[in-house]
Amino acid sequence: MPQPEAAQHRSESKPRWTERLHGLGPVIGLVLLCIAGTLLNSDFATVDNAMNVLTRTAFIGIIAVGMCFVIISGGIDLSVGSMAALIAGSVIMFINWAGPASGSPLMAVVMGAVLAVVLGALFGLAHGLLITKGRIEPFIVTLGTLGIFRAYLTYFADGGALTLDNDLSDLYAPVYYASLAGIPVPVWVFVIVAIIGGVILNRTAYGRYVQAIGSNEQVARYAAVDVDRVKILTYVLLGVCVGIATLLYVPRLGSASPTTGLLWELEAIAAVIVGGTALKGGAGSITGTVVGAILLSVISNILNLTSIISVYLNAAVQGFVIIIVAFLQRGRR
Amino acid sequence: MTSFTRRIALTAVAAAALASLPALAAEKVNLGVSIPAATHSFMGGINYWANQAKKDLEKEHKDLKITIKTAANAPEQANQLQDLSTVTKINALVVFPFESAALTKPVAQVKAKGAYVTVVDRGLTDTSAQDAYVAGDNTAFGRIPAEYIAKQLGGKGNVVALRGIATTLDNERMDAFNAVLKNHPDIKLLDAKYANWNRDDAFKVTQDYLTRFKQIDAIWAADDDMAVGVLKAIEQAKRDDIKIVFGGAGAKGMVKTIMDGKDKRIGADVSYSPKFIYDAIKLTAEARLKGEKLPATTIIPSVLITKENAKDFYHPNSPF
Repeated sequence: MPQPEAAQHRSESKPRWTERLHGLGPVIGLVLLCIAGTLLNSDFATVDNAMNVLTRTAFIGIIAVGMCFVIISGGIDLSVGSMAALIAGSVIMFINWAGPASGSPLMAVVMGAVLAVVLGALFGLAHGLLITKGRIEPFIVTLGTLGIFRAYLTYFADGGALTLDNDLSDLYAPVYYASLAGIPVPVWVFVIVAIIGGVILNRTAYGRYVQAIGSNEQVARYAAVDVDRVKILTYVLLGVCVGIATLLYVPRLGSASPTTGLLWELEAIAAVIVGGTALKGGAGSITGTVVGAILLSVISNILNLTSIISVYLNAAVQGFVIIIVAFLQRGRR
Repeated sequence: MTSFTRRIALTAVAAAALASLPALAAEKVNLGVSIPAATHSFMGGINYWANQAKKDLEKEHKDLKITIKTAANAPEQANQLQDLSTVTKINALVVFPFESAALTKPVAQVKAKGAYVTVVDRGLTDTSAQDAYVAGDNTAFGRIPAEYIAKQLGGKGNVVALRGIATTLDNERMDAFNAVLKNHPDIKLLDAKYANWNRDDAFKVTQDYLTRFKQIDAIWAADDDMAVGVLKAIEQAKRDDIKIVFGGAGAKGMVKTIMDGKDKRIGADVSYSPKFIYDAIKLTAEARLKGEKLPATTIIPSVLITKENAKDFYHPNSPF
């Protein structure tokens, strides 16, 4: 546009600055929480505690990165917790069977880990196909699979728990418990998944299509974007993320029971929303999602490290913080 | 109504009731069992033992038919109770209510239609809706671990506790635990947090306990599932100050550990077996076959499981 560059810059600088501030909501929230945590308990600010929190965030965080794509494209997935539980159960059953059968326990564990990702991708593909080709609302499809996945796990586990055999469990344990350069493996994986997610979302044509579909599906269709393919891929991506999270989760306790992954879907969705992504889609950020996921685990960590409020009110504190952070970044949607 | 006619009416009712007793004894017992679905290990055990009871008892008694229904939530269970009453036409019911308050009316309706009702574990808010009540001993579930820990620690040390889900049942256990510790002033309960009878939550809560407290002598995990998470967190933090991890309920894995003496920290457990559903079905069925009643309340005792008696509590085929 033929306008003086300086004027244009000035007129845009203000909204940009406030937009940035809004985007900082989760970061401000996290910083405030960390200060509060340090004041309440000096052990909060130790490296060990930070690593504990980041490691336990890894599961939800990795799932949330995938969820971020799905939500930005205007979809939703309510089944991820059940899906993680079923994948965990299937992987445990597979490794227990393949360990003695193949004669190479290490191979069995590696194949189990691959199976986790493959199963995740397949479940995601099924969701994507049902939603696009089957023309069913994502809410309904994943509400259905939420029940299906968990019911099958309960069935396989006979209502009890599926447990990894001891030797195999020791072999697999380092995947969760080992550290590289002082940082636990799950945290590394979390960082790598988040970086790849960020690059795909912000630096590739695919990422732009996801955002375009989320902000206006019809316009994207007219712009010759293959909407169905892009949408299916978001669910496959999420499935892969759930698979990765599960392959990290299995060695933690070496077991899966019908309570595994309960309400993870809501935690992942909360992380995405607290991180500044609009639930109706169109725009969002991976950085925000990561911060959102960490913020949620820091709250429960602080509550466990202190005993100043009644234990009955823990869930209320989490609710309050989620609402306050969302308030800090209002106006973006 | 005058007192005279009332007396006549009462006599008539009593006579009718007496007359119906032998008649009942001759009748077949059509027993309905309504339990929650197997959504966690303990309920998996309840389902296993209910089916086991059906298998054993139907083989033993020709005149007995047992129908088992499992429900995923309270409203579904209420619907199933209606079906049991009107479609299956049961004349006896053993029910493990999903929620106490929500199921009271539906159970009362089944009883009003003439079925004999035994309520298991979770009570109803109005006891007139039931004929008998069979339950585990929640007070002992809290008292026994506290006594064991106090004795093992020689009356001195630091203890942390994990709680289940905020319910009256959990409060009952915690109160019993605290009551014992009152007699041991040198044992300090550092904190008690909810871990929702869930392994993952127990892992996190324990990690945070270990960060927060430098010296912990005993952890009351208050559930065998939660104890799994507790042990993993201790292992990861490489802490060796914890001398006792006390679970609860007598899950088969934990009982096996005690039997084999595999883990020094796990020397004992307290029974709260889902097998009480088996006992409740058996007691109800056999009493009804004879036309008898159960005592108003039957408490299946919770006892200390140690290496000596562990084999009595080991059921390898049960999922729990």
